Amino acid sequence: MKFGIIQFPGSNCDQDAYHALADVFGQSTRYIWHKDNAMGDVDCVVVPGGFSYGDYLRTGAIARFSPAMKAVAAHAKAGGLVIGICNGFQVLCEAHLLPGALIRNRGLKFICDHVYIRVETTDSPFTNACKKGQVLRIPIAHGEGNYFAEPKVIEQLKREDRILVRYCAKDGKLTDAANVNGSLDNIAGICNESRNVFALMPHPERSSEKILGSNDGRWIFKSILKSEIAVS
Amino acid sequence: MKAKIIVMPKKTVLDPQGKTVKNALESMSFKGIKDVRVGKFIEVELTAGSKAALKKKMDRACHDLLSNPVIEEYSFEIS
Repeated sequence: MKFGIIQFPGSNCDQDAYHALADVFGQSTRYIWHKDNAMGDVDCVVVPGGFSYGDYLRTGAIARFSPAMKAVAAHAKAGGLVIGICNGFQVLCEAHLLPGALIRNRGLKFICDHVYIRVETTDSPFTNACKKGQVLRIPIAHGEGNYFAEPKVIEQLKREDRILVRYCAKDGKLTDAANVNGSLDNIAGICNESRNVFALMPHPERSSEKILGSNDGRWIFKSILKSEIAVS
Repeated sequence: MKAKIIVMPKKTVLDPQGKTVKNALESMSFKGIKDVRVGKFIEVELTAGSKAALKKKMDRACHDLLSNPVIEEYSFEIS
């Protein structure tokens, strides 16, 4: 599969994503500069973590207006895969490719820690290699990961099975204590209506090798690769 | 001409910053505070143009960039 990783001024997890996809998974991977109008032949776009534009105004608020994001929107509309990680989730929400918004963590502190997330559904190209209820240990590193959306949007996400991963305890139970940033309904990651755009606050690209403390993140990438095989 | 814009978090959105500021004010022995919410103030200096046309442009700028309508409300005046 061909992966394209967007680079905004201030992105800092682009190289981690490149390493995971190119070196760990052996996939054809390249960077897409934020000023590029077109992304070329790419199967899956990665909108990486970091502090694009210094988080000025609001996280992701300025990145969404870059030429590359117009290309991402067109790619998504044509059915291409898009995965947003951390700042990428924030950018995709600001760009309205996903509903809701990410606000300041409930406890106001930046949290850099391994957390547990539970796979809520395997009905997506990003979780189809997982088992429903599977618990993954993945690191987070964010100050604004508190997912918010209006009640009727949350209801729609639930009804349409679009909450793909939720913060949970080690045993998989959805507790308030496990919800370290205060996200509504313990939401850690969601997808769009056509299920080709997914974003999550935790970092699977930083947990695809055991040496980094956990390689559970590999299940997300394994799913993406599995879905490509299914399509062709 | 200057546009003065106020962006505030919606009342339905949790504002932990506001709560923290409230706690800090109370620790200064400031009594009787019902609530505190923290927002943004933005000033945009404009070159000439009709107030009506600028008002329309500014409204669009507030809606599309300067605020996130999912979590924020805005108001502005041009003088």
